[in-house]
Amino acid sequence: MEIQRADKCVMASSGFQADVKALQKQLAARHLIYQHQHNKQVSCPAMAQLLSNTLYYKRFFPYYSFNVLGGLDNEGKGCVYTYDAVGSYERVGYSSQGSGSTLIMPFLDNQLKSPSPLLLPAQDAVTPLSESEAVDLVKTCFASATERDIYTGDKLEIVVLNKEGLHREYMELRKD
Amino acid sequence: MDPFAAIEPRNSDRTASQSRFINMKLDTSGLESTAPHFGTSCELFSGFSAAPSFDLPVTTDFDGFQKESIQMVKPAKGTTTLAFIFKEGVMVAADSRASMGGYISSQSVKKIIEINPYMLGTMAGGAADCQFWHRNLGIKCRLHELANKRRISVTGASKLLANILYSYRGMGLSVGTMIAGWDETGPGLYYVDSEGGRLKGTRFSVGSGSPYAYGVLDSGYLISYNTCIRYKYDLSVEEAAELARRSIYHATFRDGASGGVASVYHVGPNGWKKLSGDDVGELYYQYNPVSTSTVEQEMAESSST
Repeated sequence: MEIQRADKCVMASSGFQADVKALQKQLAARHLIYQHQHNKQVSCPAMAQLLSNTLYYKRFFPYYSFNVLGGLDNEGKGCVYTYDAVGSYERVGYSSQGSGSTLIMPFLDNQLKSPSPLLLPAQDAVTPLSESEAVDLVKTCFASATERDIYTGDKLEIVVLNKEGLHREYMELRKD
Repeated sequence: MDPFAAIEPRNSDRTASQSRFINMKLDTSGLESTAPHFGTSCELFSGFSAAPSFDLPVTTDFDGFQKESIQMVKPAKGTTTLAFIFKEGVMVAADSRASMGGYISSQSVKKIIEINPYMLGTMAGGAADCQFWHRNLGIKCRLHELANKRRISVTGASKLLANILYSYRGMGLSVGTMIAGWDETGPGLYYVDSEGGRLKGTRFSVGSGSPYAYGVLDSGYLISYNTCIRYKYDLSVEEAAELARRSIYHATFRDGASGGVASVYHVGPNGWKKLSGDDVGELYYQYNPVSTSTVEQEMAESSST
């Protein structure tokens, strides 16, 4: 798993390392050009659509990468975008990608149960957790996934993004 | 490249099939950045600002490769979408489930895509294919609007999409969509798919749950089966919305691959409006009210041996 950062936008990817690197390099370059042309940071929803288009341009020879994009939107609210390998994306309350996703997603559904954004009247999708509770939940998820998924393990990197900025936490996982 | 070049028809001497082999690049001119490049030389940006093209893998067994890569495409397979025309416009409804085999990969897919304020598209088949090409269609419709000072017709928009999909025929795209909208001629509804089909009609349902949806839709929509089939055109918006919701609900009930939230949209003369979004799990109790009937016979363990 890989984590890459722009100012208000973080991407986590799993899949084939070389494709992930190529994809992140492409996005970083596009982001730099955007900064030069517009003299501002790219917003998270804009980066989300850029990632979607970048993935779809390789529709017939896809990047073997499964991504989640997290960040703050134009209103300063948290946002999470989840993707498939060829660029379909949706904004959700929480998401998990990769080999352990089938173990983590049902657990998150149980713990967070964010209402569907499609519901009308709309319900607030923000999960009522404090930062430390959220970080603990992530650690629990990964500790559990490592127990049953052979491809998950070794180390965990957590990036916390809020209006104060960005910081990272690390945790050791099972090494076997 | 001139961003408005896409508006003009491309008069090529070559036939479509010839040009496909000669030039396997996609017309993505509509997606180019319209922001000006500063400075005279664009060499620095040339790799990024040029119209991106679709890379093709170097392989002898292209079909086999393609089959494998299609497996990676998250299919919004297992879908129920429907749309029908009635007195006050078009009603569009869909479920929201995406599954990969037996695993539900999402319960919150937006299968009704808002192309512009007067037009909606529905999504069945490959999620990325539908999403990307509807976004592309939205751009093309906006460019048409700017060039011609009036909105594109539903007929025109659906044909734009059908022509793009036909140019990729046989390359593994998977799209089954309905284009619904309101234009100068009134309500319009077309079915377009990745095999190149394009049908005009008054009611359609697409996806694995469509047989169930059609069953409910037709029974509420047609008044007479014995005489000539007249369809019940004069439904009110509320009646039509209820019919659409009920059709989706019954499809999600019988089709395991459909579920989540039943979204209902209405397109009228003033554009589309989302009327409802209901969790089908809760709709079950609306259609099957829990009756507090008295227990007539208690289950008792039989003592006889």
